[in-house]
Amino acid sequence: MEQQTKVLAEDNKQEIKVIREFNLPVELLFKAYIEPEIVAQWMGTKVLKLDSAPHGSYRFETTDPKGNKHLFSGTIHACEPHQKIIRTFEMEGTPFPVQLEFLTFESLSDETSKLTMHMVYKSVADRDNMLKLPFAQGINMAHNRLQEIVNTLK
Amino acid sequence: MQLRRDVFQAIADPTRRAILLLVASQSMTAGSIAANFDTARPTVSKHLQILTECELLKQEQQGREIYYHFNAAKMKEVAEFIEPFRLLWDTRFNKLEQVMKQYKTKK
Repeated sequence: MEQQTKVLAEDNKQEIKVIREFNLPVELLFKAYIEPEIVAQWMGTKVLKLDSAPHGSYRFETTDPKGNKHLFSGTIHACEPHQKIIRTFEMEGTPFPVQLEFLTFESLSDETSKLTMHMVYKSVADRDNMLKLPFAQGINMAHNRLQEIVNTLK
Repeated sequence: MQLRRDVFQAIADPTRRAILLLVASQSMTAGSIAANFDTARPTVSKHLQILTECELLKQEQQGREIYYHFNAAKMKEVAEFIEPFRLLWDTRFNKLEQVMKQYKTKK
C-alpha cells in the first residue's frame, strides 16, 4: 500500500515537513483544526482552550494509560480560513523547546484537499529528538506489554 | 530501495523493536534474548534472522556461542526513526478523515 502520510526530514536540518492528502473538501479539513469538539475527537485529547484567531492560543490536555496528565499549548499567529494556520507548539513541563508550525491547506478538487505541516525547531538536535520520540515510545509500549505478560505469569 | 523497505518492515514489529533495545545495551546470545520474551523460541529466531538480514543486528562468534550486536550505524544510515513518527501522524490523520466524513454526511 502506498504511504498516505509523507514525512520529509533531511539530515542536519532543523525542520520537518509532514504532507497528507485527504478525501475531504478543504473546508472540512480546516474545520477539523479550528473547532474544539472536533479537535478533541481526532487528536484524542481534552481541549482546554482553542481560540483560532491571530493573537489567540490553545491548550490541550491528554491523560496517558498510567493516568499522568500531559499539557500541550501554543499561540496562534495567523489563521486564514481554508488557507493557513501559523502557530507555536510546546509540550509543557518537558525539556523540548517550543517549535514553530506553518500549516498550509490546499484544495485539490471539490472532494479532496492537501495539508502541509512545516515544523521548525530550535536546533538540529531538538528536531532529531522530536523525530525519535515516537520510536522511543513504541519501545516503551512493547516493554510495557512484555511486563504485563510477565506479571500474568507470576 | 529493497533494503530500505526491509528495514522499515523490520522495525514495524514491536517485538523486534524490543529486541533491538535489549541488544543495544549489550550483545547477547539468541537464547538469552529469547528468555526475555513470552514467545516461542523459533519465533524469536525468525525475528533475529530478519533483523540480521537487514543488518540491524550483527552476529559474532565467541567460542561456541553466537552473539548478536546492535548495528547503530545501520540504524542511522536508513533514518529508521522517522517511520514511527510517520505512523503516528498517519494514524492521527486517518482519524481526522474518519471523523470529518461523519460531518460531511450530516450536512
